[in-house]
Amino acid sequence: MALLAISLNGPAKYFTFGPFTVSVPNLIMIGLIFVLFTLALVIPFPKHKGK
Amino acid sequence: MATMWTTRVRRATIEKFEPQDVLPDDQPSYVASWIYVFGVLTLAALAIIIGSGLWLTTEGAIWWHSSSVGHFINSMHLWSVELFFVFMVVHLWGKFWMAAWRGRRFQTWVTGAFAFLASLGTAFTGYLIQWDFDSQWIATQAKDGLNSVGIGSFFNTLNTGQAILLHVALLPLVVGIIVIWHVILVRRNGVVPPLDAKEIAGGAK
Repeated sequence: MALLAISLNGPAKYFTFGPFTVSVPNLIMIGLIFVLFTLALVIPFPKHKGK
Repeated sequence: MATMWTTRVRRATIEKFEPQDVLPDDQPSYVASWIYVFGVLTLAALAIIIGSGLWLTTEGAIWWHSSSVGHFINSMHLWSVELFFVFMVVHLWGKFWMAAWRGRRFQTWVTGAFAFLASLGTAFTGYLIQWDFDSQWIATQAKDGLNSVGIGSFFNTLNTGQAILLHVALLPLVVGIIVIWHVILVRRNGVVPPLDAKEIAGGAK
């Protein structure tokens, strides 16, 4: 898989912030939620013609 | 003559579920926002979860670990769950920040909260029955955690038979019933307007 930049065949990397530990995949998913939430608020919704 | 129970149920159903509320063809203008899309995206992800889950159930663990189609359906089941939670959290935040319990929508909010909790349990039991080292690791770690809070004897994560029956039978039924109840309440009460918008016809009754 030349296109796959990150190898998924192994244990994930972990970040530790004091008492909190989070894996990189989980951190990416949490970041994705924040990004989606922000985009949902700022991107205009397409309108039907004539409405 | 006493009214038959079927008559009473029919009348109550027609009274509570007006066709234009159950299957509307128009929505208030404030619904034209991406933040209102995440509820139905969560439902779409749930449909994929149920479909791929039924397929996995009929084929079994050997199939999803050894065949290419099995790998694909197994991955689809996992990633639709990931998306289900992503969409549900965005939906939850959106509804929290617009105080979606307004306009007599308290039950809608509470059924949503219970759907979230029941989904967490369903996802957890799913991770326990992957039939690989990952599920063994999760089961042993969770066993310590659940023992420490005193419920290890009621729910034993090392009991794979219990986990699989909870995951494929009881918990999907619970999630399904709560979600259907939640959607019915949304249809009956209408979607909540933004804080600075007026409640309009088709909204809360």
